[in-house]
Amino acid sequence: MESTVVAREKPRAAGGAKQHPSGDNRFKMLEATMKRHQYQADALIEVLHTAQELFGYLEEDLLIYVAHSLKVPPSRVFGVATFYHFFSLKPKGLHTCVVCMGTACYVKGAANVVTAIETMAGVRSGETTGDGKLSLLTARCLGACGIAPAVVLDGAVTGRQTPDTVTQLVKGWLE
Amino acid sequence: MELSDLQDIARKERESQKPIRVRCCTAAGCLSSQGQAVKSALDEAVAANGLEDRVQVIGVGCMGLCSEGPLVQVDPAGTLYERVEPRQCASIVAALDGGDADANVGDTTRPFFTRQVAVVLENSGRIDPERIESYIAADGYHALHTVLHDMTPAQVVETIIAAGLRGRGGAGYPTGLKWATVAKTEADRKFVVVNADEGDPGAFMDRSVLESDPHRILEGMAIAAYAVGASQGYVYVRGEYPLAISRLQTAIRQARRMGLLGTQVFESPFNFRVDIRIGAGAFVCGEETALIRSIEGHRGVPRPRPPYPAASGLFGCPTLINNVETYANIAPILRKGAEWFASIGTEKSKGTKVFALAGKITNTGLIEVPMGTPLRTIVEEMGGGVPDGGTVKAVQTGGPSGGCIPQSALDTPVDYESLAQVGSIMGSGGMIVMDEQDNMVEVARFFMEFCMDESCGKCVPCRAGTVQIHRLLTKIRDRRATDEDLATLRTLCEMVKQTSLCGLGQSAPNPVLSTLRYFPEDYRALIGAPSEPSANGAAPRTA
Amino acid sequence: MAVRTLTIDGKPVSALEEQTVLDAARDAGIEIPTLCHLDGATDVGACRLCLVEVVGTNRLLPACVTRVAEGMQVVTTSERLREYRRMILELLFAERNHVCSVCVANGHCELQDLAIAQGMDHVRFDYLFPKHLVDVSHPRFGVDHNRCVLCTRCVRVCDEIEGAHTWDVAGRGSRATVITDMNVPWGSATSCTSCGKCVQACPTGAIFRRGSTVAEMDRDRTRLDFIVTAREKKQWIG
Repeated sequence: MESTVVAREKPRAAGGAKQHPSGDNRFKMLEATMKRHQYQADALIEVLHTAQELFGYLEEDLLIYVAHSLKVPPSRVFGVATFYHFFSLKPKGLHTCVVCMGTACYVKGAANVVTAIETMAGVRSGETTGDGKLSLLTARCLGACGIAPAVVLDGAVTGRQTPDTVTQLVKGWLE
Repeated sequence: MELSDLQDIARKERESQKPIRVRCCTAAGCLSSQGQAVKSALDEAVAANGLEDRVQVIGVGCMGLCSEGPLVQVDPAGTLYERVEPRQCASIVAALDGGDADANVGDTTRPFFTRQVAVVLENSGRIDPERIESYIAADGYHALHTVLHDMTPAQVVETIIAAGLRGRGGAGYPTGLKWATVAKTEADRKFVVVNADEGDPGAFMDRSVLESDPHRILEGMAIAAYAVGASQGYVYVRGEYPLAISRLQTAIRQARRMGLLGTQVFESPFNFRVDIRIGAGAFVCGEETALIRSIEGHRGVPRPRPPYPAASGLFGCPTLINNVETYANIAPILRKGAEWFASIGTEKSKGTKVFALAGKITNTGLIEVPMGTPLRTIVEEMGGGVPDGGTVKAVQTGGPSGGCIPQSALDTPVDYESLAQVGSIMGSGGMIVMDEQDNMVEVARFFMEFCMDESCGKCVPCRAGTVQIHRLLTKIRDRRATDEDLATLRTLCEMVKQTSLCGLGQSAPNPVLSTLRYFPEDYRALIGAPSEPSANGAAPRTA
Repeated sequence: MAVRTLTIDGKPVSALEEQTVLDAARDAGIEIPTLCHLDGATDVGACRLCLVEVVGTNRLLPACVTRVAEGMQVVTTSERLREYRRMILELLFAERNHVCSVCVANGHCELQDLAIAQGMDHVRFDYLFPKHLVDVSHPRFGVDHNRCVLCTRCVRVCDEIEGAHTWDVAGRGSRATVITDMNVPWGSATSCTSCGKCVQACPTGAIFRRGSTVAEMDRDRTRLDFIVTAREKKQWIG
């Protein structure tokens, strides 16, 4: 689901934030976000959003780093990270396809769209193909009911999709 | 910033308007069908014809008729173009001074438009949501000025009580009373929170308001904060709404720069800061105690009430939580008066309600109608009925917490009490039309799957009960169920409704109970040998 | 301290105003079934077994978090409540793999006791038979997730009484599980002090002392009471 967040405020440039031992610059940016929130424990979800944006997914080391920085019990960080659908603890595919399964999309045949992609790409909803090229996800209503069924392809919302049109679009990614 | 400054901005904005304005919808629905390309093409065509002095192209918020998007409307002529393609833009510009364009012209006299009464959506599709000046020119922030300089907090609360506004999040609690409770509670710190976690599948009103008119929410929040004595506000918005988030961020930045948020708003002693909190994909966070937990950085798990958030909410402080649409009604009420607002709608449900029309209906999109408008008017007249001559089987309102209203009850007026009477709820305003091809057992199963996946897992009836209801519905769908299973389903639904901790669990059985009540034949048809009448007295169908 | 008078099952009862209906009932010798309630830990109102009827309210109220009020008329047992309680227990039994005959807590299990007391003689629902792990990586204790009822007593006791917050809940809905630290095997959870409070708190055979065999795992809950009283009231003799 992270792919649909495209326009969030970018973390500010890190003036004087401390360097992570790995030298990875992304930690500097994560540090800046935490600093902006004064390392308050209640900023946990905001910090996880930023971490996922920077790193693509929430690896265990990253969660431990966040837990230590915000001084929050590790079990609480893990509990929060697994409660919300947005957060992914596994790497995503190169491309993502999110099919909206809200009511409007459902009555207009979104389930058939999912099945068509599953069959074509040999992947189950919620999973990534073996070659890491495609992650197929479903969403609980994107609020684009007016153009149902809606499908988000690599972050771009498209409307009025059919099994045929979507498989045409996704096929290109798998080659 | 003083009143004269505000009026100056409004005047300059109006004066800078060019004689011809081309409004182009840039809300999420139209954007996803090439709306941005259409706007660029219009810009290019205007430049190519050297019309920049006379013509301006404005990106506006939602114009409502999403099914015909991208939409472009030309002022002052009022011509509406539907399903505009970028290649048609040159001809639309060429026809600005008369003549016909090579594009579909929409009929603005059809009931979809004429039956609407715009209060919440008065600026949607008219102003540029990314420019604060555009909102100020539409009388924006004037109500806030009046409130801060000419009214006491108690007077503001009284006005909202007198207007009879009720919560638009679904439950319909009187907004003024909620404000009064928070105002009366003594505390050093208080908060106002906007619930923009519009989780009901099939509802996109809040998203549209945030994308089309974000300043209206900020103004409503600021007025509420002044009335209850808060100095910090949070907007809790779904992560699925990136455009709404970015427009809200822009709006907060602009308002802060102009001194309409921050310290000493309008040179008064009132301070108000607003922050955004982005949800991370959990429907249950629409429940107010779960939402509070989520803002505090925890798992979004509800807790028993009392204490209510008005007494002990965010960080243990008194907290006012209202829905987006509720806040959107505040500025107009203060601008035009409680009496004006109370004159719209019915005896017990005042004002208008925005609905998101979707499903098997010709005109999908957003509409705003006075409370009390019959469902039939909305679905058949405004929505244009089921496409291709199909018939309406049911109208689903209230999302996974609501119910399916059968065709025979289409004359029900939409107000809180009437909808409850037919076994559904107002909800946040999603309205999904279903036709004869939709099997109600499938529909109930769809909603139950949703509730099962979205249950937080805290209380047993919701966590384990929804799983078993879903299994029973699957059994019925697969024709493996017996009469005994149907009886168990009823008892279980009743139990989950009565014993669950929060609204999610308490309302999760509603789609099943309402379909059992109105469409028993859909269930019976799937159950092997009908042996005795179902509990609601319907005769068994003979095979 | 103000006193409130109310009736519970028709019996006149007086209670302190900050007391819950559950406390007041217990003081009066009236038993209300509970599962997630643990003396000394915060109440969460999650198991819904202690729901009672209060005259004048349509809603059923959880006795563990509902404060007493003047003139309140509480009904703790009715046909409807009995049916709901039975059904809640059936849901719990169907949810994971509760097999008393091979359980360390057999005979000392609150879930089992509740089922007997509520007359739950059969389960109407499909057993789900989920696959859950048994973690015996800790040198002294073990956790069998098949027997967990997600009451979160271990989570609360570890956070509120021990102060370690080793336990928390991960995932949500029916996929929720209790975890230690970053979902690591309990034995590698560095925050765990091995105090054993969670072992005392667990109502079923989910958290147990290693080496216990079937029906051997009994608990001494008064030890938790002892610590809470010692901490809060500075009294070391019970």
